[in-house]
Amino acid sequence: MTTLDHPGNPTRIKPTFLGRMHEWIATADHKKLGVMYVTTGLIFFLIGGLEATMMRWQLAVPGSTLLSPSDFNRLFTMHGTTMVFLVGMPILLGVANYFVPLQIGARDLAFPRLNAFGFWLFFFGGLLLYFSYFGAQGLYGMGSAPDVGWFAYAPLTERTYSRGHSTDYWILGLLVSSFGSIATGINLITTILTMRCRGMTLMKMPLLVWLMLIDAVLIMIAMPPLAAAQVMLLFDRLLGAHFFDVQGGGSAILWQNLFWFFGHPEVYILILPAFAYVSEIIPVFCRKVIFGYPLMVAATVSIGFISLGVWVHHLFALGLSPMVNTIFMGSTMLIAIPTGIKMFNWVGTMVGGKIRFDTPMLFSTGFLALFLIGGLTGIMLSVVPFDWQVSDSYFVVGHFHYVLFGGLVFSIFAAIYYWFPKVTGRMMNEALGKWQFWLLFLGFNLTFGPMHVSGMLGMPRRIYTYHADRGWDLWNLLSSIGVLVQIAGVAFFVWNVIHSLRKGREAGADPWDAWTLEWSTASPPPDYNFEEIPEVYSRRPLWDIKHPDDPDWKYE
Amino acid sequence: MHRRGTAAIRNALTRCMLPAILAALTTTDALATAPVCDSGTAPSPTMFAPRSVPAELILDLSWLVWAICAGIFLIMEALIIWCIVKYRRSKDDRTEAPQVYGSNPIELAWTVVPTLIVFVLFLVSARTIFEIDKSTPPEGSLEITVVGHQWWWEFDYPEYGFITANELHVPLTRNGERVSIYLTLESNDVIHSFWVPQLGGKKDVVPNHINHLWLEPTMPGTYVGQCAEYCGTQHANMLITVVVHPEEDFEAWVAHQQKDAVHDMSVATGRDLFLRTACINCHTIRGTVANGSFAPDLTHLMSRSVIGAGVARNTPANLHSWVDDPQILKPGCRMPSMKLDQNGVDEIVKYLLTLK
Repeated sequence: MTTLDHPGNPTRIKPTFLGRMHEWIATADHKKLGVMYVTTGLIFFLIGGLEATMMRWQLAVPGSTLLSPSDFNRLFTMHGTTMVFLVGMPILLGVANYFVPLQIGARDLAFPRLNAFGFWLFFFGGLLLYFSYFGAQGLYGMGSAPDVGWFAYAPLTERTYSRGHSTDYWILGLLVSSFGSIATGINLITTILTMRCRGMTLMKMPLLVWLMLIDAVLIMIAMPPLAAAQVMLLFDRLLGAHFFDVQGGGSAILWQNLFWFFGHPEVYILILPAFAYVSEIIPVFCRKVIFGYPLMVAATVSIGFISLGVWVHHLFALGLSPMVNTIFMGSTMLIAIPTGIKMFNWVGTMVGGKIRFDTPMLFSTGFLALFLIGGLTGIMLSVVPFDWQVSDSYFVVGHFHYVLFGGLVFSIFAAIYYWFPKVTGRMMNEALGKWQFWLLFLGFNLTFGPMHVSGMLGMPRRIYTYHADRGWDLWNLLSSIGVLVQIAGVAFFVWNVIHSLRKGREAGADPWDAWTLEWSTASPPPDYNFEEIPEVYSRRPLWDIKHPDDPDWKYE
Repeated sequence: MHRRGTAAIRNALTRCMLPAILAALTTTDALATAPVCDSGTAPSPTMFAPRSVPAELILDLSWLVWAICAGIFLIMEALIIWCIVKYRRSKDDRTEAPQVYGSNPIELAWTVVPTLIVFVLFLVSARTIFEIDKSTPPEGSLEITVVGHQWWWEFDYPEYGFITANELHVPLTRNGERVSIYLTLESNDVIHSFWVPQLGGKKDVVPNHINHLWLEPTMPGTYVGQCAEYCGTQHANMLITVVVHPEEDFEAWVAHQQKDAVHDMSVATGRDLFLRTACINCHTIRGTVANGSFAPDLTHLMSRSVIGAGVARNTPANLHSWVDDPQILKPGCRMPSMKLDQNGVDEIVKYLLTLK
C-alpha cells in the first residue's frame, strides 16, 4: 500500500511489523476501524460461503449421506448467524464508520474510543461463536457448534433439547457482538446529529448519511430486545428460569415475538445500507442528481417506522388470530410503498442520464434488477394465505437471498469497487470486476431462482436430505451448480483485491468525478481527514465547485 | 364457494402465457390421484395441484398475487433495461447530463398507484384469511388430534377411540356428503409445523398452545407433506402421509384400526421378548401390557406403508434394520438400539410382521 507518500501524510520511517500491528490494534481512528470492520466481514463472508457450499453439495442429489444430519444443522445455523451478524452488520458499520465522518466533513466519530470498543466487541463476539466448534462439548460431550437455526426458536434451545453448551455459545457470541453494534449505533447518531460541517443542514446531508442515521436508530431500537431475550434464554438454560421452558409453563410464542421484534427491523438494518450505497453510486455514474431527494428521505424515514411494526409476518403460520394476521399483513404491504418509491426514484435518476457502466454501476444495476425480485416475492409473502403455503419453505430461502444477496451483497460489491480507490489510493481492475459481476449474476440467479420453485413444490427449508420421489431433484441440482459459478465470481473478487492492492492504477483524490465531500480529500485520506473543515451550500458540494456557473444550491 | 373473480384471471393466464411452466409444475397431477399408498412412490407435494378446499382458495388468490407481481416485474425490469440501452454514455462524451431534481406530479403518481394496488390486494387477501382460518369446527366435521413429536406424528381419533401414527387417514364423504377435517394441533416437545401442500397451508404445532387446521379434501388419493418448522436433528425425516378414502374404504379402515392387536401363537417367542424388553415403556400394542406413549402406537404397524415417520418403506428388511439399530436408518432419532442378539431381532421382527 502507498499510505506513506501521499500529500498530508508526512513520510516517516517504515514501521516494523509489530509497530504496524500495534498501530491497527490500538487505533481509535474511524478509517482504520472501518477497514478492519469490512475486512473482518469479508473474511466471515468467505467462511459463511464455504458453509453454504457444503450444504448445497449435500443437497445436490436426493438421499445424500455426505454430511450427518447434525453437521448439516450446524452448518445452516452457522451460515445464517454468520451472514447476518458477522458479515452484514460489520460491513455496514464499517462503511458507515469510514464514510459518514468524511461525508459530513468531520474528523472522526463523536466517540472514537467507544468506536474501537464496539469493533473489538464484535470481533471477539464472532470468535466466541466460532470457538463453539471446539468448546461447546460440555460435560455430556454433546454438541459442537450451535444447531438451533439462526432464529433459535424456543423450546428447541432449552436445556432439555439442546444439551451441551452450543446454544450458550450462540447466545454469548451474539450478545457480545450486539453490544458492539448498539455502541456504534449510538456513536453514529451522535456524530450525524452534532458533527456536521457548516452549512450541512439535515436536508443537505448526502443520502448515505440519512440512511445510516435511520439505520443507527433502528439498531438502537431493535438490538436491545434481542439482547434481553438472549439473557432470558441464558437464565432458562443456566439458572433454571422458565421464560421459554414450555414444560415449566413458559411460552414458545414469547421468544418468537421478542426475536422477530429484533429480527424484522434487522432485515431493514441490513438493507438500508444497500439503499445508501446505490443512492450514492447511481447518480455519480448517471452524471445526474438523485431524483426526488426529499421523497427519498421521507421514504427512508417511513421505512424505518413501518419496519418496527411488521414482525408478526414471520409468525403467520404460528396460529395467532386471523385479525392479528390481517393487521400485520396490512402493515407489511404498506412497506412496499416507500420501497417502491425508492425503486422508482433510482430508475428516475437513470432516465435522461449519461450512464457509465463501470463495475460499481454494474453492481448497482444488478442490485436494482435483483432487489426488485426480492421485493416482489416479499409482497407475495405478505399475503397471509400464500404465506401459509410457502412460509418456511425454500421459497422463503429464495426470497431473502434475493433481498440480502442480490440486494445487500451486490450493493456491498458496488460500494467496494466505488470506494476502494478512496480507501487504498488505487483503482480496482475493471476487467476482473466485470468478470466477477457476470459470474456472480449468473450463478446467483441459477442458485436462488430455482429455490422459489422447489419451495412451491413443497420443499421445507432446513432439511438435510430429501427423498427422490418428491419432484425436487432438478431444482436442487440447478441450485448446487449455481454455487460453483458463484465461487468462480468470488474468486475473481479476491484476486482483484490482492492484485489491485499491489498493482492497481493510482486513483487520485476523485477518480469517479463525484460530488460528495469524501472525494475532496486525498486518497487515502489523511488521519485528520480535512486540513480545513469544509463548508457546504448544497447536497453536492463538489458539484458546486466544479460547476460554479450552475450550482446546486440555486435549485434546492 | 371458492370460484371467484380471480378464477377468470387464472383462466386467462393459464390459456395464454403459463402453459409451459404449468406443464412442468403440474405433471404430478396424474400421480396425485393414483392410489399410491403401498407402492412406495409418492406424489410431489405441490401447491399447484390442490385437492382440498383451503388449498384451492389459496391457489386462486395466489394467481392474482402472481399476476400483479409479474406485471410490476415486467414493467420495472423493462424500464431498467430501457435505461441501460438508451442512456448509456457514448465513449467520448464528457459532458454532464441535464440535472433533473425531481417532479412532484410524477412522484405523487408513483406513490398513489402502488398504494391503490396494495389496498386492493389487502382486501382480497383479508377475505381469504377469514374464509380459511376457522376457529370452530364446521358442521359435521371429523375432528382429529395431531400431536407432533421429535420426529414423528401421532394421530388421535377421539370419535373412534384409537391412536395411530405418521399416516393420517380421512374420509372424502360422510353419509354421501363431503366432510370437513378439523385438526387440533398439539406438540409434545418443540415447535413443529403440519404441512400437506395439496390439502392446505401449514400451521405450526406449538407446545402449550393449541392450534386448529381445516381441510376439506375434494378427491380421494394419497398426499404427502412434512414438518415445516425446524425441530432438531431429524427434522428432514418427519414426513406426513395423508390418505383420503372413499367413504366405505374409510369405514373399513376405522373398523380395522379399532380392533386390538392380533394374537398369533406362532410368534409367541418374539412377542414375549418384546413384552419383556424396554420396548413397552414407549410403544403401545393394544391388547398387551405394552402401553407406552412416547413412541408410535404399533397395534397395526403393518397397515402402514412406511416406518420412522417416512424415513424408509415398511419392508421386512427395513424393519429388521430398524429394530436392530434405528440409528442406522434415522441417525439421531430418539429410539436407541436395544442391543438384542440377531436371534432376538429376528423374533421381534417376526412378531411385528403379524401386527397387520
